[in-house]
Amino acid sequence: MLAALILVPLALLPIAWLAPWYRLRSWLLPLAGASHLLLVVLAMGSVPDAHPGDWIGLDPLSRLVLLSASPLYLGCALYAVDYLEMRRDRGNRVMVPCLLVFLAALSLAAMSRHLGLLWLALESTTLASAPLIYYNRNRYSIEATWKYLLVCSVGIALAMLGLLFFAYAALRGGATVSLLLGDLLSAGPQLSRPWLNAGFILLLVGFGTKMGLAPLHAWKPDAYGEAPGLVGALLAGGLTSLAFLAVLRVMQVMAAAGALPLARSVLLGLGLFSLLLAALFMMRQTDLKRMLAYSSIEHMGLLAVGVGIGGLATFGALLHMVNNALAKGCLFLSAGNIHRAFATKRLAEVRGALTALPFSGTLFLAAFLAVTGSPPFGMFLSEITILRGIFGAGQLWVGLFVVLLLATVFIGMASSVLEVSQGEPTGRDLAFTDRFLLVAPPLVLLLAVLLLGLYLPEPLRLLLEQATALIERGA
Amino acid sequence: MATHFLLHLVLLLCFAPLLQGVIVKTKALFAGRAGAPLLQPYYDLARLLRKDCVFSRTTTWVFLAGPVAGVVVPVLASLFMPFGALPAPLSFTGDLLLFVYLFGVARFFTVASALDTGSSFEGMGGAREVTFSCLAEPIVLFCLMVLAGIADGLSLTALFGPHLADAWRGPEGFSLGLVLVCLFVVLLVENSRIPFDDPNTHLELTMVHEVMVLDHSGPPLALVLYGAALKLMVLGAPVVRLLLPFTSGSLAGDTLVFLAGMLLLAVLIGVVESTMARLRLIRIPQILVGTSLLAGFALVLVLR
Amino acid sequence: MADLSNLLLLLVILLNFFALGSSRLAACIHAVALQGGILALLPLTAHGFSGHALLLAGGALALKAVLIPWLLLRAMRKVRIRREVEPLIGYVPTLLTGALATAAAFIFADLLPLVAAHQGGLFIPTSLATLLTGFLLLVSRRKALTQVVGYLILENGIFIFGILMADALPMMVEAGVLLDLLVAVFVMGIVIDQINREFSTLDTEQLSALKE
Repeated sequence: MLAALILVPLALLPIAWLAPWYRLRSWLLPLAGASHLLLVVLAMGSVPDAHPGDWIGLDPLSRLVLLSASPLYLGCALYAVDYLEMRRDRGNRVMVPCLLVFLAALSLAAMSRHLGLLWLALESTTLASAPLIYYNRNRYSIEATWKYLLVCSVGIALAMLGLLFFAYAALRGGATVSLLLGDLLSAGPQLSRPWLNAGFILLLVGFGTKMGLAPLHAWKPDAYGEAPGLVGALLAGGLTSLAFLAVLRVMQVMAAAGALPLARSVLLGLGLFSLLLAALFMMRQTDLKRMLAYSSIEHMGLLAVGVGIGGLATFGALLHMVNNALAKGCLFLSAGNIHRAFATKRLAEVRGALTALPFSGTLFLAAFLAVTGSPPFGMFLSEITILRGIFGAGQLWVGLFVVLLLATVFIGMASSVLEVSQGEPTGRDLAFTDRFLLVAPPLVLLLAVLLLGLYLPEPLRLLLEQATALIERGA
Repeated sequence: MATHFLLHLVLLLCFAPLLQGVIVKTKALFAGRAGAPLLQPYYDLARLLRKDCVFSRTTTWVFLAGPVAGVVVPVLASLFMPFGALPAPLSFTGDLLLFVYLFGVARFFTVASALDTGSSFEGMGGAREVTFSCLAEPIVLFCLMVLAGIADGLSLTALFGPHLADAWRGPEGFSLGLVLVCLFVVLLVENSRIPFDDPNTHLELTMVHEVMVLDHSGPPLALVLYGAALKLMVLGAPVVRLLLPFTSGSLAGDTLVFLAGMLLLAVLIGVVESTMARLRLIRIPQILVGTSLLAGFALVLVLR
Repeated sequence: MADLSNLLLLLVILLNFFALGSSRLAACIHAVALQGGILALLPLTAHGFSGHALLLAGGALALKAVLIPWLLLRAMRKVRIRREVEPLIGYVPTLLTGALATAAAFIFADLLPLVAAHQGGLFIPTSLATLLTGFLLLVSRRKALTQVVGYLILENGIFIFGILMADALPMMVEAGVLLDLLVAVFVMGIVIDQINREFSTLDTEQLSALKE
C-alpha cells in the first residue's frame, strides 16, 4: 500500500514521455494527484505505524506531511491542466515528467524511516524541480535555476556529511551503526556528543537551506520569483514541509540523545533571524512573486521558532505547517493568474486586480489575509498557539519581537497587495480570463484553510498531539 | 681533519664547472645536437682569464665587489654543508641560518654591482632577482625546519646525518619527499634556471640574472661564471643528500656516491630545462607561494 | 595499509592545492579526475578487498574518475572556454586561504574524539580539508564550470568520510550518493549549456540581474 504511493506516479512516467497527445499528458497530473490523495486517505485509516527496522513507514509526522502535501499537489495538478493549455508554446514534455517524479520523491521522503533514504529523496526533489524553475527560459530564470541548483546541492551535500557524523556518533558510542531512525532513537544517550552536535549543525545547514531559513535563503526569492506559479506553490507548500520534516527527524534524534537544549536554541536563533530578514525585505519589494518568497521565509522562521521553544509552540508549529501548505498553494496559484493576466510581475505595473479578474483578484486578497495570519483563517489559530507557547515558556522578549515582526510583515505585504488589488486595471492582457480550473483549486485550498481556522477536527488534533510528543521525547 | 678540509675544497673547486657542462650537454642531446664538449666551462674560464677588462666610467669598486662576493660566499658556505655522507669541515649549532644568509650577502653585492652601472636594465634584473629570492626564502626555512624536526641537533651536519635513510622509510617519508621537491624548486630559482629564468636568452627584457652581469668582462666575468657554478654545487648538495641518503663506511665510497649524485642532479636539471618553458613572470610568485605552502604543509605533518 | 591510506590522502590534499592555484580549466578537471581515481583506491587500502569495498571502488572509479570529468570536458569543448579569468580574490590569496582552511581542518579533526581503530589516521582531516577547498573554489571562482569542479571536490571530501564508515553503512546509501552526483552534474551541464546560449559567456558575474 505504501509502496503504491511512490510507484503510481512513476508508473505514469512512460506514458508522460511517449504519449503524443498534449492534453492526455496534462491530464496525467490530476490522475496521479487524485490517486495519490485517495491512497493517502486510505492509508491513514488502515496502515498502522511503522515498526522499528522498517525502511518505509508511517508515523504521526509523516501522516501530517502527507495530509498537507497531497491535497496541495492535487490542486496544483488540476490547475496545471488549464495552465499547460495556455502555455502550449513552452510545452509540457518536461513539466509533466518532472512533476510526476516530484510526487514520487515527496512520498518517499515523507515515509522514509531511514535518514539516508530521506536525504536521497530530498535531493531528488531538488533535481526534479530545477528544470521546472527554468520553464520560462529567459535570462532571469536561468540565473535563478543556477543559484537554486548550486546552493541546494551544496547544502544537501553538507547534510550528507552531517548524517555521516551521526553514524560516527553511533560508532563512537558503541551502539549499532545505522542511519535507521529507529536505531538512532534507541541508541539515544549512547551517541557521542561532540559528533552529534557537529552533525546537527551540518544537518541544520543542509536541510535549512532546502527550507529557506535565513541566512541560507539566498536562492529562494530568485527561484520563487522566476518559477511559474504552480511550481512556486509546490515548492513553497510541499518542499518546505518536507525539509521541515527532515529537520524534525533530526530533532527527534537530538531529543532521544538528550541534546535538545542546543538544538532548540540554534533553531530559535535561525527562526528569529528569518523573521527579521523577511520583515526587512518585505518592506521595499517591487516584484510580486519575490514578495511571496519572503512570505515563505517568514513562515519557515515561524516554524523554526515554534520548534525552538517547544511544548505548546511545537503543536502550533505543526498546525502551522499544515496551514502553510494549503494557504501558500492558494497564494501562488492566484498570483500566477494575476501575472498571466497582466503579463508582468512588477508591483508598480499591476493595478486593479479585483476588477480585472474578479475571482483571482479576490482569491489573492483573501489568501494574503490568510497568509499574514488574520482571523478567521487557520493561520491565525496556529500563530496564536505558537505565541501562547512562547509566552507560556516565559520568553517575554522573544514573543514581543515575534509579534512586532509579524506586524511589520503584515504592513509590508498589505501595502503591496492592496495596491495591486484596488484601482483601475491598467495594461492587461485581455485574452486572459479566469477559467474554471485556474480558479477552483485555489478556492478549494483557501476554503480548507478557512475550515481549519474555524474548526480543528478531532483526528487531526490527535495526530498533532502525537507528533508533538514525538518531537519532544524522540520516540 | 685536514684531509677532510682539503678533499672538500678540491671537490668544490675542481668539480663545479663540470656540472654546467653536463647540463649543457643534456640539453643538446635532447635537442638532437652533439653540443659543446663536457669540459667547455673550464676552457671558457681559462679564455676569460686571459682577456682584458673593460669598465664603464660610472662604476666604482662596488662593481667589482659583486663577482668577488659571488665566488667567496659559496666557498665559505660550502664549509658548513656536508657533501653527501662526508661531514662538513666546520659545524656549530645554528649554522644553517648562517648558510642561508651568506647567500643573502652574495645576492646583496650582486644586485649592488648591477645597480652601480646606472643602467635601467640591470636595475630591472635586480628587482626581479630580489623578489624571487624573497619568496624563495620561506621555502628554504620551512624545509630546514622540517629537517630539524626529524633530526636531533641544529647544525647542517646533524640535519643531513646518517639517520636520513631510515627517515625515508618511516612516517616522515612523505614530508621528506615534499622537502626534496621544494629544495629542488629553490635550486632552480636561486640558480636562475628554467622554468624561472632562461640562461640562454639574449633578450634583456626576458632576463633576470643574466642582465645583472651584462657589463662584466674578462676576469671579473670569469669570477661571475665560476661563482655561479660553485653556487649550483653548494645548493645542490642538500638535494643530492636527500636523494641518495646512503652512508658507506669509506671515504672513497662516500665521495663517489656524492659525485654520482651531483652528476645525476645536473642531468635532471638539464631534463627539466629541456622539457619545460619559462613561466610567465606573474606566475612565478604564485608558484613560489604555492611551493612555500607545500613546505609549510610538510612542516605541519612533521609537527603533528 | 594504513600508511598507504595516509599517503593517498596526502596526495588528495596536494591535488586540492593544485586545483586552487591552477588557472587552466582543463588542468582543474584533470586534477579532479585524478582525485577521483585516488578515492577509488582508498576503500581497498582501508578495508581490504571485500566485495563491498570492490563495488564502491569500481563505482567511484567509473563515475568520479571517468564519466563525470568526461561530461565536464565535453561541456568545456561545447562552450569553448579554456582559461579562468582572475578569481574574485586572486590566486595567491586563494592559495593562502586554502592553506589556512587545511590547517583549520587538521586542528578541528583533532578535537573530535575518535574510535581507537581510527586514531592517527588522516581520513577526517583530509575529508574536512577537501570539503573546505571545494567550498572555497565554489565561492571564489567566476566561471560556472569551475564552480561545478568546486562542487565535485566538495563531494569528494564527503566521500572520503563515507569510506571511513563504509563497513557500517549499507551499500544502497553510497550507491544512491554516487548516482545523485552523476545526475546532479548532468543537470548542471545542461544548465551551463543554457547559460552559454543565453549570455554567450560562462562568467557568472553576469548572473546578477536578480536583486533584493
